[in-house]
Amino acid sequence: MKDLLRPALSLFVLLTAITGLAYPAAVTVIAQTLLHDTASGSVLFRDGKPIGSRLIGQNFAEPKYFWGRPSVTLPQPYNATASGGSNQGPLNPALVDAVKARIDALKAADPNSHKPIPTDLVTASASGLDPHISPAAAHYQVARIAAARGLSPDKLNTLIAAHTEDRLWGLFGEPRVNVLELNLALDGIR
Amino acid sequence: MSYHAWILLILYLVLLLSLVKPLGIYIANVMEGQGIAPRLGRWVENALYRLCGINASEEMGWLKYAFAILLFNLIGILAVYALQRLQSWLPLNPQAMANVSPDSSFNTAISFATNTNWQGYSGESTMSYLTQMLGLTVQNFFSAATGIVVVIALIRGFSRHTANIIGNAWVDITRITLYVLLPLSFIFAIFLVSQGVIQNFDSYKDVTTLEVTHYDNPKLDTAGQPLKDEKGNPVTEPATTQVQTLAMGPVASQEAIKMLGTNGGGFFNANSAHPYENPTPLSNFVQMLSIFLIPGALCLTFGRMVGDTRQGWAVLAAMTLMFVVMAVVAMHFEQQGNPLLARLGVDMSAGNMEGKETRFGIADSGLFATITTLASCGAVNATHDSFMPMGGFVPLWNMMLGEVVFGGVGSGLYGMLVFAVMAVFIAGLMIGRTPEYLGKKIEAFEMKMVSIAILVTPLLVLACTAVAVIAVDGIAGIANPGAHGFSEILYTFTSAANNNGSAFAGISANTPFYNGMTAIAMWFGRFGVIVPVLALAGALAAKKRIAVTSGTMPTHGLMFITLLIGTVLLVGALNYVPALALGPVIEHLMLFGVH
Repeated sequence: MKDLLRPALSLFVLLTAITGLAYPAAVTVIAQTLLHDTASGSVLFRDGKPIGSRLIGQNFAEPKYFWGRPSVTLPQPYNATASGGSNQGPLNPALVDAVKARIDALKAADPNSHKPIPTDLVTASASGLDPHISPAAAHYQVARIAAARGLSPDKLNTLIAAHTEDRLWGLFGEPRVNVLELNLALDGIR
Repeated sequence: MSYHAWILLILYLVLLLSLVKPLGIYIANVMEGQGIAPRLGRWVENALYRLCGINASEEMGWLKYAFAILLFNLIGILAVYALQRLQSWLPLNPQAMANVSPDSSFNTAISFATNTNWQGYSGESTMSYLTQMLGLTVQNFFSAATGIVVVIALIRGFSRHTANIIGNAWVDITRITLYVLLPLSFIFAIFLVSQGVIQNFDSYKDVTTLEVTHYDNPKLDTAGQPLKDEKGNPVTEPATTQVQTLAMGPVASQEAIKMLGTNGGGFFNANSAHPYENPTPLSNFVQMLSIFLIPGALCLTFGRMVGDTRQGWAVLAAMTLMFVVMAVVAMHFEQQGNPLLARLGVDMSAGNMEGKETRFGIADSGLFATITTLASCGAVNATHDSFMPMGGFVPLWNMMLGEVVFGGVGSGLYGMLVFAVMAVFIAGLMIGRTPEYLGKKIEAFEMKMVSIAILVTPLLVLACTAVAVIAVDGIAGIANPGAHGFSEILYTFTSAANNNGSAFAGISANTPFYNGMTAIAMWFGRFGVIVPVLALAGALAAKKRIAVTSGTMPTHGLMFITLLIGTVLLVGALNYVPALALGPVIEHLMLFGVH
């Protein structure tokens, strides 16, 4: 079997150079030339400064902003260098406690609301970086934000509708709202 | 199950089944050096063979073929291990990642060489760009190529007669890499970038967030370990930040082959749930298609190479039927949602959203979970650990079928053909005739190899799980209390031995105990099957072809498909019923019965 060693080693090195160097390099050159924005992370700018990525959620806890999905990344929520979910099973008491605490926080920020809470607003996302919430979760927060900003609920509902992405071709994914883009638009209202 | 979920499933099947035939025939041609791609690439191929001292026209017997495959994979393991251990001194490491620990490096090296892609580490905080590219991306190609060439060798065993050679391993690996995996990955990678997957070599980007984040920062002792109070809880101090650091890297090029090669190892910890790996519902759908694409196409490659396309369609039909049932079960139970949360006043109409991404919801997550575990891919776009008990049962059960329903690239089909031989053997016993498949008599040696190939994974799964639940180090890894904790351990070894790589990821598996145990399960789960399969190929190739008579059982009709499904379910999965009863079944009864 000695005659196998040279072909094995040299084929390994050459195919490694093709698949591990030439291939990623070629993809990078084409991606950076044709699709520079997405290949570099879909970064959003305000006044020329990078303020986040369209694809990566941010933590919001102030009453004046729309809140996103709960994130359980460590040590801080929405840590984009430590993606991950809670991995809590459906019977885990810690899951029930965490959801209870999130419900309490939502109710404390808007004591007059008695509507059922959309599930995505109190359950942690898989990546911990989910940039979206459901339209229902956005509408649930309208009263709180309207009070905090002194805006009419109608105006906020219109803003949500304008930022709602539907299922692609009616087939793929779920209807959703990008929280960071929605909050940027909110800050833009005078 | 929602109307939308049904439409999604049907559309998926239509697109998949229309793509497998052209690709399957293309692969059959390429592996025999025919068609336009090998003509165009002949000079590259010949240059490679010359540089490597390979005589392309000289074929190998099964033993030599097996040694070649083992040697090629061992070199891969050494290379991935070395890259991780030395990465801090190597280039393309803008975040100055430290060298990876020996046990984790060893585990990852085995994991990526065996097409398992189990991940004890978090990509974005552990691996340098060079390790991701030159180590992990490369093994994504090579482990996929390994699986495919082994099934091609097995098919040659059926299609040839009175021959003692089953192909040249070097030529097979080169052709499948250059003409199938590389071009498909290239196109797919560019598509992924268009959807938002990143592809760059930048250092991580700091951005200033809209809001200041308040959080509890764990205090560290002088050795860098988290401090604990007397009750064992971590000591924290309040902290604030307005900076978010975005992890970067050459993701798209790795993501493409990760899916096409049914590898499944994510660039980031969150895998295909991470918006930079799987940004849109469209990228998600195409990722799902790409998982089953090559395993499905290889069924038609098989039909073509044995000279009877109906044989390939029969195997594909058995796979497709089992897939549809499991997909429906997963989507149904995830849509139900958690009754414990509903009682808190939460509107559960969107289903069980813990551990799921908003853009995917229930249908796209449930379907993805079914596909990724039937194929031995193991990429995840939702955390399986947080699935409903019966929703999480589906991924576990799918892997227990032995990764033969589509399965890994190559490995799925050779696993299924092993079951097909078992099926004709059982049928032969029932009617008292010598079993035969595709004109080859199935005799004692073949059945010994088939038995080893079928029994090695259940043995590894159950033995390793048994060890882990009585070992202190095994129990220490559990994250969820009760029956779910047992499921986490069972899932770990089911995933490792079947070379899937997904996880009930709450388990703390980056410890010397789990790194060592899963490495053993992965290695023997892979090569403990490949070697007997190649022996089977050699034995079949040496046989005479016997003529079809009125007494030959047809292996392309409904009866054979039923028999094949029955064999997979009975022989493959029944081993696990007691273990499943202790895990997801008990959990389901507790959630909906007791509560």
